[in-house]
Amino acid sequence: MLDVILIGAGVVGSLIARKLASYELDVLVIDKENDVGNVTSMANSAIVHSGYDPKPGSKKAIFNVKGNAMFPKLCEELDVHYEQNGSLTVAIYEEQLEILKELELRAKENGVPVQLLSKEEVLKMEPNLSPEVKGALLAPTAGIVNPFTLPVHAMENAVDNGVKLHLGEEVLSINKINDGFEVITNKNKYEAKVVINAAGVYSDKIHAMIEPIDYSIEARKGEYFVLDHYGEQLVNHTIFPLPSAKGKGILVAKTTSNNFIVGPSSEPDPDKEDVSTDKATLDNIRKQATLLVPNIPFNQVIRSFSGLRPTPSTHDFIIEPSKSYPSFINASGIESPGYVSSPAIAEYVVDELVSKVLKLNKKASFNPYVRKRVHLNELSLEERNKLIKENPDYGVIVCNCEKVSLGEIKDELSRSVPPHTIKAMKKRTRAGFGKCQSGFCQPLVLKEIAHKFNIPLNDVLYDKNESFIAHYNTKSED
Amino acid sequence: MEQFDLVIIGGGSAGMSAAIESYNLGIKDILILEKNNYLGGILNQCIHNGFGLQEFKEELTGPEFMSRFSKKVNELGIKYELNTNVLGISKDKVVSYSNKDGYKEVKAKAIILTTGCYERNAGAISLGGDRPSGVYTAGQAQLYLNNYGKLVGKKVFILGSGDIGLIMARRMSLEGAKVLGVAELMPYSAGLNRNIVQCLQDFNIPLYLSHTVKEVIGPKGHLEKIVLAQVDERFNFIPGTEQEFECDTLLLSVGLVPNVDLLSKLGIHFAKSRGPVVNQYMETELEGLFASGNVLHVHDLVDYVVSEAREAAQGVYLFLNNKLPNTNEKSLVKPLKGVGYVVPNYIQKIDNDDKLIFKFRVAKPYKNINLVIKEGDKVIKKIFKLAIIPSEMEIVKIDKKLFELNGEDITVEVEEK
Repeated sequence: MLDVILIGAGVVGSLIARKLASYELDVLVIDKENDVGNVTSMANSAIVHSGYDPKPGSKKAIFNVKGNAMFPKLCEELDVHYEQNGSLTVAIYEEQLEILKELELRAKENGVPVQLLSKEEVLKMEPNLSPEVKGALLAPTAGIVNPFTLPVHAMENAVDNGVKLHLGEEVLSINKINDGFEVITNKNKYEAKVVINAAGVYSDKIHAMIEPIDYSIEARKGEYFVLDHYGEQLVNHTIFPLPSAKGKGILVAKTTSNNFIVGPSSEPDPDKEDVSTDKATLDNIRKQATLLVPNIPFNQVIRSFSGLRPTPSTHDFIIEPSKSYPSFINASGIESPGYVSSPAIAEYVVDELVSKVLKLNKKASFNPYVRKRVHLNELSLEERNKLIKENPDYGVIVCNCEKVSLGEIKDELSRSVPPHTIKAMKKRTRAGFGKCQSGFCQPLVLKEIAHKFNIPLNDVLYDKNESFIAHYNTKSED
Repeated sequence: MEQFDLVIIGGGSAGMSAAIESYNLGIKDILILEKNNYLGGILNQCIHNGFGLQEFKEELTGPEFMSRFSKKVNELGIKYELNTNVLGISKDKVVSYSNKDGYKEVKAKAIILTTGCYERNAGAISLGGDRPSGVYTAGQAQLYLNNYGKLVGKKVFILGSGDIGLIMARRMSLEGAKVLGVAELMPYSAGLNRNIVQCLQDFNIPLYLSHTVKEVIGPKGHLEKIVLAQVDERFNFIPGTEQEFECDTLLLSVGLVPNVDLLSKLGIHFAKSRGPVVNQYMETELEGLFASGNVLHVHDLVDYVVSEAREAAQGVYLFLNNKLPNTNEKSLVKPLKGVGYVVPNYIQKIDNDDKLIFKFRVAKPYKNINLVIKEGDKVIKKIFKLAIIPSEMEIVKIDKKLFELNGEDITVEVEEK
């Protein structure tokens, strides 16, 4: 019998897995997706929120503020790009200045440092903001993070420290057995003393497998534009409008790769697999965003995408044992500010909830650091040459737009949570993320994946199980 | 630091043509840097014929066309490095690049940027619907087909009537795929007439003008169908015109964009063509940095690319011999009514007898019009056109003596009757 089965390998699941890996436990992580961090965690604003705006006393407020403080160390250990660039919540109309003052008070209650700025101060910081701006609330502890690599590196660290990971495996049912649970998947049957439910938009469904539930998790879709890094600095801080009942509103932000994102919309979506975009929604985002930043160069758009937030009907994170069983633990309804809260949630789930049902002994061999990756653009000419001399693959650039080398591609394939798909490689290395959207480099990446896993080119997937690319041979090849 | 008289970035048709011309003009200290493991660039995957009618007075395939140039480059002993990626150009013309031998910096007296263009893709046009596999740019599908022997699908729809899309309609049909149709947002085709005839009409493939793809549907990960809709003059979908096509492939041929990445940190300006602003010798605002071929503006024929590259080489020759003065005396060249863009963007006053060459495209199709080139209010040249379309580039050569070049704007416009 396993100690823990963790369902869900998003950012919350991956960080819980890593935390569990620091104890002497036998842990299995199961996710129906073929890569970690492949649903909500990869399609969001990637903001490390300061925590000034959740309702004081709520779980959102507590975990946000705590999580924010954990990010610098976490990202250092996991070699994830993070930057504390601060956020500005901007008032466009005179009457919104009053709301900014209320938000300032709320920030104080949540223990978040903020500063009210005058029109002149804001425009000096962010010259591309609308001249209509009346003032803003600066939250200097807000930051941005690479949303793709955090779950991957966290899970890699967990696996390197002994956690087992089964991707592409879907949990079909869970039964209470004597000293734990029986978890039945589409591939196998397992027994575990503890089950942790971090199944994102499906966490209500997973929870309902063991007891009746009185809440639901709704998928709320958010659509975004991504702009290229085009040589100019559109914004430096994350720019928010005033928050509303629907959420934090349509933001304009730079990303850790110095792209810019504009969005999200926020609409309930009955289909929990639907990550489509539509013109009307994107047109509206464009309109709303230009109220804050009038001259967004939309001709630099390189992609639009949408993500699903798991929005709980309870309006707050659900981080607690189930009613019937203290050893069935939910970490669900993790919508915004979920990303920033995730390390604090992971710590709480393990140290406060799992510890009540399992004896936790620290693992002496636990290493919190992932094997360091090469960051070519951070190297001097000499360092780069030394590296290329040791491994010539680091001199060969595969993705021209994002300057990703063959060495980096091969390094990812050699790791303990390797990318099996084009998209998984893109999330890890940025190959294919640029303005040509993999027009030139995709076949090269495809070849490397096929080679590594010893499969024909025809069988390499873009993302989901049916997403073949170079699927058929030509007449001459057949 | 190693030094070269001329560094050419990109060993495609423009780069090789510029290298050969430079060599013939006496510039022998040349280095070509090429990202692929072969010279010739995109022509290597263009295995259809139709290249070289202007240049060689015969119809060649892409690989045949480019091999004539690469053979010459090898004969002349021009130095080149393959599998080499340029990472940056500094204002003092230090070119940094990387390959399996190391990361290097070389100093160039002159640079010609010939990095070509890339295809607008699903991301750039914010294509609506799911994000399945099965949606590719036409060039990407061409790369898989012609260089890897792989067919991306068997039931194909094509969005955009650009030439690569038309060529791929024929190519995939010949490989046994069924091409259901080609949709074009504009009320006219974006491709060359000969391609409409040879690639669509000859294969009974319908062309839907003023139509676009409203939605791609593929919730299980691979494209299953597309929803096509008609658009009005302002490109809004017309409700009720939607029709579905079941297909496993959607190819996009929705335009090409100059690949100007390397210029983004140099503080130079960009023109309406999305390439850098240049003078009549294709010299950018950074002295000694030239650009030519599709990185400057997207050409319809490779023949024009190689000829433009020779003009850039002549500019490099003048520059290296101190005959291309860095002068503020310049006349701006502006596209006016009905004209999309013009190359060059300004004319520098240089004392020689050359002809000035203006290259431009009209913004939409016209019939029975005059193309009018003026300097200030003075009409320099008027050319009657029975019919003119945006997909065909206009090239007008004018004796430089006809211009005063006293700083007044030179304009190009369409005069309707």
